[in-house]
This record gives sequence, structure tokens and C-alpha cells, in this order.
Amino acid sequence: MSSPGVPLLEVLNLEVSYGGIAALKGISFAVEEGEMVALIGANGAGKTSTLKALARLLPARGSIRFRGEELAALPSHALIGRGLALVPEGRGVFARLSVAENLSMGAYSRSDPAGIVADLERVHELLPRLYERRRQLAGTLSGGEQQMLALGRALMGRPKLLLLDEPSMGLAPLMVHQVFETIRAVAATGVTVLLVEQNARLALETASRGYVMESGRIILADSAALLLADPRVREAYLGE
Amino acid sequence: MDTFLQQIINGLTLGSIYALVALGYTMVYGILGLINFAHGEVVMIGALTALAVIKPLAGAGLPGPLALLAGAAVAILVCMALGFAIERVAYRPLRHAPRLAPLITAIGVSMVLQQLAMIIWGRNYHSFPALLPATPRELGGAQITDLQIMIVVVAILMMAGLALLVNRTRLGRAMRATAENPEIAGLMGVDANHIIALTFVIGSALAAVAGVMVSANYGIAHYNMGFILGLKAFTAAVLGGIGNLAGAMFGGILLGLIEALGAGYIGDLTGGFLGSDYQDVFAFFVLIVVLIFRPSGLMGEKVSERA
Repeated sequence: MSSPGVPLLEVLNLEVSYGGIAALKGISFAVEEGEMVALIGANGAGKTSTLKALARLLPARGSIRFRGEELAALPSHALIGRGLALVPEGRGVFARLSVAENLSMGAYSRSDPAGIVADLERVHELLPRLYERRRQLAGTLSGGEQQMLALGRALMGRPKLLLLDEPSMGLAPLMVHQVFETIRAVAATGVTVLLVEQNARLALETASRGYVMESGRIILADSAALLLADPRVREAYLGE
Repeated sequence: MDTFLQQIINGLTLGSIYALVALGYTMVYGILGLINFAHGEVVMIGALTALAVIKPLAGAGLPGPLALLAGAAVAILVCMALGFAIERVAYRPLRHAPRLAPLITAIGVSMVLQQLAMIIWGRNYHSFPALLPATPRELGGAQITDLQIMIVVVAILMMAGLALLVNRTRLGRAMRATAENPEIAGLMGVDANHIIALTFVIGSALAAVAGVMVSANYGIAHYNMGFILGLKAFTAAVLGGIGNLAGAMFGGILLGLIEALGAGYIGDLTGGFLGSDYQDVFAFFVLIVVLIFRPSGLMGEKVSERA
């Protein structure tokens, strides 16, 4: 769809404010097709607001161009059909729906039954736990399993761009490792990922590029490797 | 005559009607957290609309069951449109307003519909013709009419249909997902406005059928009939656990049984001091007792779970 040279996602002067307080003060960035980009920064820097604004869950000013189309005027429910999926902070699984029902909700916008069945198999292959627990209510899963379910559910929409908000939050270290292994596997299948993460080291070790946010602005943008080596990043976000 | 069995039959009939109306309250509450106090008036509009269709048809010699069917069909369509309009005009603009605002609006809509019905149909009680054979059948010492059988069977079919829709279809999944978290359901591509409108439309269709049933059962319809019926069905929904579909069905049947048995035995129990005209008191007495011991209803989850 997108012509060569045009990024998959291009954000210009995005502004968000909550009751007069500016959470995003006009940020601009781009994500190219096929890459994984990390958005790091301290608590309250505006990372989650950025993802929520992209998913049209927050009123925002500025331009969001996705695959050549302006998203800023679209309602939230029109996005998944255009290839944009958000795995929200805190996972947001439907606790009173079964695991299988959660996954089929992920494919709600699609009308290609054969493709849905094929994708369900792929998700089960990638996340075998979800198959084992398909009849269980999602609310009875562990935190890590819920994160996997949220990820699998988003994949069922066959997104071009996956927005991940704090996938490591509240998980035991072993589980964090597993979740990030899965994220790498998903990215390897060609899904573009924009990753927001409190754990800056993990995010930069996983992504190819990164943006550093502070007080509603992007203050640094570089390859993940250079950001990991940058003394400012090391001091402020990697605890060195 | 076996009083106990007779009151069970009467109670199941009444309870089926309460259950259908209670479903409308509980579905809307489940998805919006709103008590649609105008729902009882939708039942009333359903009854009077059906009557307006049935009278000329039956007068022209159409067989009773066919006239009843035609009346119910028109009532369902009118009430679906009404439910859609109520949501659109009265509740949608207040979706993000403080909770008290839509509650006041609900009461306002209820009054508007009552007045409207009074203007159209007048203040008089209208007699609802007997359309099914009135000779009761014997059943183990009690009597059951064709109408009672029909009410219970139709109610069961409609509840089974609703349960299938909600639990087994893509649309039902979207309804449950939206009830649980509309924002996340939106991310999946669900347009919450569609789901909410649909919820009102389905609830109103059930209300229309209940309206036809209740007027056929008592042989009467009037502009003010929705208020007490609505209040009792709401009681049934709270009794079962508001927001819970199975709870509304169970609460409705239970309330019908309690009322019928209460009406049957209250005279004996109080030595004739209270008569069967006190049956309405039972509904609210039971509600108070249940809310003291189980504030979230018999089958309800903890209300605070809904963040």
C-alpha cells in the first residue's frame, strides 16, 4: 500500500492535553515498515499518551499519517480494519470471556473465515499456552498469560503496526523474558512494532531504533545501539 | 382445587412476563451502567399498540390467534423503533455526563411516554379481548389456560433465543466484550454505539412481547400500566443481580412465584387480616430482604468490580 520512501507511520506535531495540562507538546516521529521502534522515558513522559492518541483513545491535535491515510479524524473502532492494533497498558483482556472468545474478538473486524482460522493456528503455534487454556475464562489466567493473550488477540486482527504499551509491567522476570521473546518472534514475521516500555534497557535491546521522551517531548532519537551507549541515556534511564 | 399448584402455575405465568421485562433492564445496565426507567413505558406502548391492531382485526373476523400474532408483530416493530429512539435522543447525548443526569432523563422519558399514550389512547382502561380459547385445562387439580401455556412457552423460547445470541454468536461476543470494556472492544473494531443501540432494540422487542402477554393475561390495557410492572421487573432484575442475564430470568420467575404464592396464602397466614390485594407488597418486601443480605443480588457479582 505505502509507496517507497513514505514511512508506515508518520506523526507530526502531536499534542494531547488533559484538562489544560499538556501531556504531549507537539511530538513528531516516524516508523518505517518492518522495524521495531522503542519509545522510552520516565513515568509521565508521555509514552502512553502517545500510544493512546495514535489509537484515537485520546483527543489529540496534529497529524497521524498511517499507510498514507490521515487517522486523526477516524474513530477508534475504525483503526484495526486499517491495520493498526494496540495492546494496552494492563493488557485489557476480557476477563469474563474465554481465551478462545478473546482471540476471536481480535478478529472481529475481519470477514475472511479461512484467513482467521489460519491466523488462529499461527497464534496457537506461537503461544501454545493459549491453546491449552482456550476454554478458560481470561480472568483466571496469570498476568503473563494475560499479556500473551492480549498479544495473540491483537495478532488476530492481522495488524501492519502493533502498538505495545508496557508489555513487561507487573510481570516476573522469567515471564518478561518470555513475553519479549514472543515480541521478537512477532516482529520477525514482518509486523512493524512500536514499543513503549518503562524498562529502557530491555526495550533498546529488543528494538532497532528508539526515541527518548521527557515531559511530553522527544529529546533524543537514534539507533537503539547508539542510544544504549549514549551517556545521557545511560545515566537517566539505564541507572548507571 | 389445589391452591399450591394453581399458584405455581399463576406464578410461572407472571414470572415469565417479569423475566422478559427484567432482561431489558439488565441488558442496558450491563452495557451502560444505567437504569432505563422508561423501560416499563415501552411495555405499555407495546400493549396498547397491539390492542390497536388487534381490535379491528378481531372485529373483522380474523381468528383470535392470528390477530394476537399480528398485534404482537406490530407491537414488536413499534417498540424496537421506540427503544432505538429513546437511546438516541435521551441517553446518547448524556453518555459522558454525570450518572445522575441520564437517571433524571429516564424519569423524564417515562413521563413523556405516559402522557403521549394518554393523549393517543385516553385515560380509560381498555379491555383486551380474549383471543385464545378461554376454557381452562385440568392439570393435577389445578387449571391452566391456553394463554398461560402460550405465555410460558413463548417466554422460554425468547429467553433461549437471547441466551444463544449472547453466548454463541459473534454479535453476542461483541455485546459481552463491550459490556466489560467498551474502549478495548472498540480497539477490536466494535462500534460501541451500534452495540448499545442494538441492546435497546432487543430489550424493547422483549418488552413489547411482555406487554402483549400482560394485557392478554389480565384482559386489560391502559396508559399507566407500565409503571408498576416496570418497577417490579426492575425489582426482579435487582433480585437476580442486575447486569446478569441469567439473574434477570431467574429473578423474574422467582418474583412471579413469590407474588402468586403470597397472594394465595396471605389470607390464611394472617388469619384473614391481609387479603390477596397485598400481593404487590411482596415484591418489594422480598427486594428489601435480599438487598440486606445480598446487595449484589442472588446471582450478581460484586458491583465494585466494574471500574
